[in-house]
Amino acid sequence: MNEERRDFLGKALGGVAGIGGIAALYAAKRSWDPLPSVKAAGFTTIDLSAAEENVLHVDKWRGKPIFVLKKSADMEPNDRDIVIGEDRFHVSIGLCTHLGCIPAYLPGEEKFKCACHGGEFDTSGQQTFGPPPSPLVVPPFKIDGTKVVLGEAGPEYEQMKSAGITA
Amino acid sequence: MAKFEKANSVEEWLDQRLAINKVKKVMAYEYWIPKDINFLWAMGMILAMTFGVLTISGIFLLMYYKPDVNLAFDSVNYTIMSEVGYGWLWRHMHGVAASLVFLIIYIHMFTGIYYGSYKKGREMIWLSGMLLFVTFSAEAFSGYMLPWGQMSYWAGMVITNLFSAGSLELNGLVEWIRGDYVPGDAFLTRFFMLHVLLLPLVIMGVIGLHFASLRIPHVNNQEGEDFDFDEEAEKYKAGKKKESKVIPFQPVFLSKDVFVMGVFMIFYFYLVFYHYQFALDPVNFDPADGLKTPAHIYPEWYFLWSYEILRPFSKDIGLVAFGFAQVAFFLLPFLDKSPNTKPAHKRGKAFVAWFWIMIVDMIVLTVMGKVPPVSPFNEIGLVAALVFIGLFVALPIITKKEKAV
Amino acid sequence: MREFKILAVVVFFSLVTYWGVEPFAHSQMHKHVEGDNFQYSDLEDSGKVGDAQRGANTFMSAGCIGCHSVESQGMAAPMDPVMAAGAYGVNPPDLSTAGALYDEKFLAELIKNPAHALNVEHKFDPAKGKVHPMPGFYGLGGDRDQEVADIVAYLKSIAPAEVEPKQAFQDACGRCHEMRYADWTQIGETPKFDSKQESLKHQLKVANYQDKLKDYMGKTPPDLSMMIRSRSEHFLSTFIEDPQSQLPGTSMPRVGLTEEGKDKVLAYMTEIGDPSKEKREAVGPWVIGFFVLFTILAYFWKKSMWRDLH
Repeated sequence: MNEERRDFLGKALGGVAGIGGIAALYAAKRSWDPLPSVKAAGFTTIDLSAAEENVLHVDKWRGKPIFVLKKSADMEPNDRDIVIGEDRFHVSIGLCTHLGCIPAYLPGEEKFKCACHGGEFDTSGQQTFGPPPSPLVVPPFKIDGTKVVLGEAGPEYEQMKSAGITA
Repeated sequence: MAKFEKANSVEEWLDQRLAINKVKKVMAYEYWIPKDINFLWAMGMILAMTFGVLTISGIFLLMYYKPDVNLAFDSVNYTIMSEVGYGWLWRHMHGVAASLVFLIIYIHMFTGIYYGSYKKGREMIWLSGMLLFVTFSAEAFSGYMLPWGQMSYWAGMVITNLFSAGSLELNGLVEWIRGDYVPGDAFLTRFFMLHVLLLPLVIMGVIGLHFASLRIPHVNNQEGEDFDFDEEAEKYKAGKKKESKVIPFQPVFLSKDVFVMGVFMIFYFYLVFYHYQFALDPVNFDPADGLKTPAHIYPEWYFLWSYEILRPFSKDIGLVAFGFAQVAFFLLPFLDKSPNTKPAHKRGKAFVAWFWIMIVDMIVLTVMGKVPPVSPFNEIGLVAALVFIGLFVALPIITKKEKAV
Repeated sequence: MREFKILAVVVFFSLVTYWGVEPFAHSQMHKHVEGDNFQYSDLEDSGKVGDAQRGANTFMSAGCIGCHSVESQGMAAPMDPVMAAGAYGVNPPDLSTAGALYDEKFLAELIKNPAHALNVEHKFDPAKGKVHPMPGFYGLGGDRDQEVADIVAYLKSIAPAEVEPKQAFQDACGRCHEMRYADWTQIGETPKFDSKQESLKHQLKVANYQDKLKDYMGKTPPDLSMMIRSRSEHFLSTFIEDPQSQLPGTSMPRVGLTEEGKDKVLAYMTEIGDPSKEKREAVGPWVIGFFVLFTILAYFWKKSMWRDLH
């Protein structure tokens, strides 16, 4: 009886201490989380009205390069394009889907070429040559007038995503 | 090589390779502690736990702290306090524990003095403990520099100036310690190194030594009774628990420690949440400014008594007195000439008086160290400082006359 | 029982030490300043009842908007902050919220005799050729006290019923003090800049403003981000009410806030300087409750462990 009671008390104390430990781990986990200011900085707004046809504009979003290319009439339309009024834009994360190098844009040939292993993408970001396994990734975006906000998923992005063509 | 048989459990497998059962026995289940003790005997484990709390909270502070004079203040007061999840909790826990750890150290020290736990064979316990006091002091001081507020800067200025050794004017040494003419970036970064790396390593080493020093002379008890630990341990193992004068560290001694720890933690977290100002001085929430001295400069409360011994004298004598205060307690086992290892109340009136006068005197010094240096506080401080020195001069004389009991 | 006696001794000496180094020592370090409960009893009350409509005309005739803006009424500032600071030392305040934030008696005195209301006569003594940049109002020919009361009534009539703490801080303190943890400088909230040039241009503007302010005040007024933690609430209250009471000779003027206005300013300073206050108060009881439960269990465990020993 006495032994049992002692055992029970020991276990109860251990259990309570364990709950305290888990609570402390929760606080520890929260301390590892990205800061609110870091999260708030995770949105980039790009004004597309300033873009010129066939000139690549490179911006930055969450530390990654973002390609913005206004398509000219001769470039083939694609479902991955962001359409604002009459204009079509190709917006993607500028990292080769092979091993993460940054492809260069060749305006004359109207294509992206990766210097690392020779991968090529067309003006819609689709791989046309070499080792890249998939098209350039379209980041989550939301259209706001003539601007796009990267980091926030708007209906156009959701549509692309459900069609499976964002990457 | 030793013979290994197939193990039937993880425990057995580990036991074959690490002798964990033997380790458990030696370190815990058959590490014998006297039974005749009171809650003051739990202070050691409380200190160990508080050191653990300081280490853990410190690790989380370290993740966002920036040791740079331009960034330090804001990294603490803005990033950690308002951005990092529970950063405010780590900081308040760290600051309050740093202050409280000294309260417990002082209680632990005076427990040792009252019960004569530094005498005959227990000198190394005392000396290693005093070494811990000194390293904890250095750890506290270096940590106090890190938020780089007004108190950090000016405490850094004043304390490092002590090393110019008064009229010897060793300014080169002061500059060497700072790495600059005034406390600056080099100073902050090296004290950061001391605080998070070198001193914690030293503290951990000395804690090991302190624990080891208890092994041979054993822990003292409330009556200073001398008995054969092996004999008493045999009695306990034979089931004669009531007769035996010892208990095993684990789980019996620890069960009491854990209870006292619980009480301590209630008190500690009360301070962390509702009463932290005493440990996080308001003045240090002003950013460091080398061109403006705060109206009142004082160290944290646990340094005040030795700071006050420095204050009432002229520069050089003050430094000598201060130096004396720093080493005086180290000498205790050698200044106490009494043959008795007994609690103070059994050693005769002289030692009892010495003990209580010492306590009161140190509290007076502590309070006088903080109030502004004006009359009558100056005079009270001077008397208290002289009494402090006098007590150490008197100790060998009164203890020599003490009768053996 | 012996353990309780020992505990009592330990607690006693700890408390005496605490009392000595905290309440006692601080009482010796800081002189005690008794506030006036924001009565401004040194200022006279003319007893005149103001009329807001008349006041609107008087306000325009008196030439207030030669220096002051009243954004809420569509009256823009005549100069940008940096130029204004160049002309007056500090950017004259927008008066949209003045009627809600400041004491009536204070406003009346401020209009008649600014240096006296602001308690800066030690700095601005016409006999020594130092005149406060805001000229006193000498009246339009009628009963001056009545005219002043009308202007105050007008200011009160256009003031919003409720001023947000942030607004109160920006209007009452923000033209002299920075609050960098809230991205606030003396010339307003710092916007996000896309280019380094834009950002540097803005910094230069701030630095120019602060230079003028420094000339005017004698030193750059401190950043207020952490003041709520570096000064006690009592200090801040009495200091805001009358800076001279805590720092004799300071060039900081009496601001003239009502008690309510002061509470709003302090609330904002707490929000920025001590943002964990609410979380502390929310988490505290749980942690302490946890250790109370822990300690109760530990007590019974200890008792069961020690039962066979005595």
